[in-house]
Amino acid sequence: MSENIFEAKADIDLGTFSVLYRILARDIRVALRRQSDVTSVFFFFIIAASLFPLGSGSDPKLLNAMAPSVLWVTALLSCMLSLSRMFASDYIDGTLEQIMLSNQPIVLIVLMKVLSHWALSGLPLVFVAPLIGLQFNLSGAQLQILALSLLMGTLALSLIGSIGAALTLGIRGTGVLIAILVLPLYIPILVFGAGAVNAVSIGMNPSGALSLLGAVLAMALLFAPLASAAALKIALE
Amino acid sequence: METKTRFNWLKFASPKTFYPLAGKLIPWCSLGAALMILYGLYLGLLAAPTDFQQGEGYRIIFVHVPAAWFSMFLYLLMAMYAGLGLVLNARLSYMMATAIAPTGAMFTFVALVTGSLWGKPMWGAWWVWDARLTSELILLFLYIGYFSLQAAIDDKSRADKASAVLALVGAINVPIIYFSVKWWNTLHQGASVSLTQAPAMAAIMLKGMLIMAIGFWLYSIAVILIRIRCEILERDSKASIFRQGL
Repeated sequence: MSENIFEAKADIDLGTFSVLYRILARDIRVALRRQSDVTSVFFFFIIAASLFPLGSGSDPKLLNAMAPSVLWVTALLSCMLSLSRMFASDYIDGTLEQIMLSNQPIVLIVLMKVLSHWALSGLPLVFVAPLIGLQFNLSGAQLQILALSLLMGTLALSLIGSIGAALTLGIRGTGVLIAILVLPLYIPILVFGAGAVNAVSIGMNPSGALSLLGAVLAMALLFAPLASAAALKIALE
Repeated sequence: METKTRFNWLKFASPKTFYPLAGKLIPWCSLGAALMILYGLYLGLLAAPTDFQQGEGYRIIFVHVPAAWFSMFLYLLMAMYAGLGLVLNARLSYMMATAIAPTGAMFTFVALVTGSLWGKPMWGAWWVWDARLTSELILLFLYIGYFSLQAAIDDKSRADKASAVLALVGAINVPIIYFSVKWWNTLHQGASVSLTQAPAMAAIMLKGMLIMAIGFWLYSIAVILIRIRCEILERDSKASIFRQGL
């Protein structure tokens, strides 16, 4: 399969887009053929979030107050758990090296990797989180903002997480190391994402927090692929 | 003139010439640090007047505030050397970043401990989720990430470059984290005690803090130079023996 992907470069623009599309499609196809990887993250989110009421008791008011932070932290951990897979399997079988050797911009290739990671680990959470939110006694308005903040936030999580994934490529004990590298960088996303839902809870307008979350996302879109591409080059030297 | 200065700088960018220079600077910086810190402690602990509101307990700021300044300053300095290393591919820059990190983390830890010691009499709690304390804690996490990454990679050259990328990403994030934590803090805590509302500082207090800061600065330089000499020996011992053998 790999020969015909990277040799069609008669027209450079068309070539770039078709290569990028194929990378995205290939990642998603590979992941869907090993569904357990995708579903385990999804079920981790559901199980971990359901543990909190068991620890704290089922007072609806308390659950409602806890829900934004619980759901957001759980979403953050779920995204983080699958980060090490973003480049690892391609690195092990040599595909990544071949991709990096292609004449296409590495930054855009990284961006496609991030998008496929997001589509497989972040995006499903956006749909399931409102259901878990119902268990936490969240209102309709809160659920909407929760889903919206997760939609933007999980993409930012995948983007920033790609830096950690690229830096730790091929290193032993990667899982815990990624957590230490990436979790401090996730803090602004958590603050603004959970903050938007909290704002609704206390009757404030969530647009401020959402705008800041969008700003973080925009910055991550701009800088994270650059940093990840640099880290990948270092890892493959 | 211009070329001469540039020549000098480049000369000391080589570990071989930097090593003896660092050796000459260390005793002077150590001596200066000891004198400045002793004088600063005298100003802070004995000469400065007792605070009207906070009593004697406030005197910990003479250690706390300069330590907090240096925890942040050293992170940025580390990131700067890391960036310089990536741009120029200069090994000494990477060594410098590596040597700065432990001192920066130490000051972060000192700032956290003294902050919590100060918090107990002032706020009645060892830990308050104040915006500054929280960002200082996150800064410590960033330092820990830098160490962990460097320790996990066996190949020195890759460890240098990878941790340099992480330091730069962290440096971009520091202001974002600070403002997000500040915003989080104002949303969640209506009536938190703010350090910025402290009454205007007496001139002698400011002087004590600045003297302490200069002392910490000289201390940092001395310790970083000692560490960088060790680093040069560790990495280049074989190379220099090889050169002498030739």
